[in-house]
Amino acid sequence: MTAARIAGLAGPLVLGLVLAFLYLPIVVLALMGFNESVHYELPFRFSTRWYERLPGNERLITATLNSIWLALANTVIATTLGTMAALAFARYRFRGRTLMRLLLFPPITIPWLIIAIAMLVLFFWTGIGRGLHAMLLGHVALSLPYVIIVVGARLASFGVELEEAAASLGARPLQVFFRVSLPMMAPGIVAAALFAFAISFDQFVISYFLAPPGVSTLPVEIYSAIRKGFTPEVNVISTVVIVISMGILLLFARFSRFGGER
Amino acid sequence: MTEAKRRLWTIVGLTAPAYLWLTLTIFLPLSAMLFFSFLVKAPFGGREIEFTLKHYDAFLTKSYLQVLTWRSLTLGFHVTAICIAVGFPAAYVLAKQVRGRWREALFLLVVLPFWSNALVRIFSWTIVLRPDGVLDRAAQFVLPGLPTFDLAHSYPAIVIGLVHSYLPYMILTCYLSLQAIDDSLIEAARSLGASGFTILRRIIVPLGLPGLATGSILIFVPVIGSFFEPRLLGGLQGIMLGTVIEDQFTAVFNWPLGAALSFILLLIVLAILAVSWPLLRGVMRAA
Repeated sequence: MTAARIAGLAGPLVLGLVLAFLYLPIVVLALMGFNESVHYELPFRFSTRWYERLPGNERLITATLNSIWLALANTVIATTLGTMAALAFARYRFRGRTLMRLLLFPPITIPWLIIAIAMLVLFFWTGIGRGLHAMLLGHVALSLPYVIIVVGARLASFGVELEEAAASLGARPLQVFFRVSLPMMAPGIVAAALFAFAISFDQFVISYFLAPPGVSTLPVEIYSAIRKGFTPEVNVISTVVIVISMGILLLFARFSRFGGER
Repeated sequence: MTEAKRRLWTIVGLTAPAYLWLTLTIFLPLSAMLFFSFLVKAPFGGREIEFTLKHYDAFLTKSYLQVLTWRSLTLGFHVTAICIAVGFPAAYVLAKQVRGRWREALFLLVVLPFWSNALVRIFSWTIVLRPDGVLDRAAQFVLPGLPTFDLAHSYPAIVIGLVHSYLPYMILTCYLSLQAIDDSLIEAARSLGASGFTILRRIIVPLGLPGLATGSILIFVPVIGSFFEPRLLGGLQGIMLGTVIEDQFTAVFNWPLGAALSFILLLIVLAILAVSWPLLRGVMRAA
């Protein structure tokens, strides 16, 4: 029985070590935002001066606002277009359907570095240029496949019977959509929207290559801050970013179990 | 309008916006990148368009580019291997030993860090690993008199940072396939006298294989294309194919060479995806 008991202890130990590894840097990051020293010197001395200074850091604040606006616009566009496409895939069988679904994979599987550079080349060359609008183009492209997959999973979980029943009882197509389809799809759409927001808000690579001098989003600003030499204000804003991102995931987990068993 | 026509227009109307968007932002740019990779110089400022194969030739003749490609691939192998070694057991414990509400909570804890900004996580590792940083201090505290170790700007630092970034992928995919294993299968094997090792070798690993393979692809592909992680964590040790590509666009401004190297990287990625296609197709059907 001792072997079994050791095995029983090994499990929690493995999981505990993995979790410690995953959270160590995040905890350190957050703590250093409360450390008095500019150079992250130890021993730790508690201070909130970096939090107090943050509102005065105009570059970080501007970049944060850019990130939020970008993520909101991305969420609206990607969720709308993605839901439309998911609806077509779920309700119709047509030629090219398989190919079109296959085309969702390149944005997911090709490394962001390659996609970012390809966008930079085309946008710069054609005069679309760099800037927040170019980043928006890119973020939506990355979000679309996820939205289509998440909403599609939700749509696959119920059939067309209710829609057909409504139609046969005399509801017009738009009525069917707004009174029957949309409420059923709602949890999937909310989950997809949260996903899209997080993808954009955390996106660095695409934004980095499409950012002209003087325009940046929060991750781009953090990158240049790290390369120029750290300041604990970066820790503070990073902690805030982590709290926001994790909050979104918790919301997401409430609305869908990662694609929807519910 | 006939029924068939109405149906066709509905489909086009629903899918066209999304796919036009993807065309403009993914497929056209990739084509433009391929086009650029054959140019002598970027055609900006009214420069004549001149074609050449010299950037691909450079890859074949300049050994440092091949060395860098090999370094990126090696990095991919190391990170993936460690993620398997750590992630598979963790996923097994989560899927088979933890029960009920605990499992849900722990699962969420595992995927939660994944949702924090990748850049921010790499940044926090630079604080942890630097000399006189947290890890150094902790080691000094446990064993006073230990020589200070400097993991900052080293190859292990890159590996640690990347494993941290991608480990949740492996745990997630392995968890999904291990969870599907019927417990009674394991019970039956045990009651028939199979040892723990036999059960592992004959049941758990084979049935967990789809998760292992999917996780490996999801990790290997982005790691060979990584650039900011090696740059921030590796210093001079961090020169990889990805960072050299980045340099062509942000420092050296040799866009055609950068495009050619990106395209070579893309070919490597596509080769990996093609080899693993049967598996990905199964995952896609399940999704």
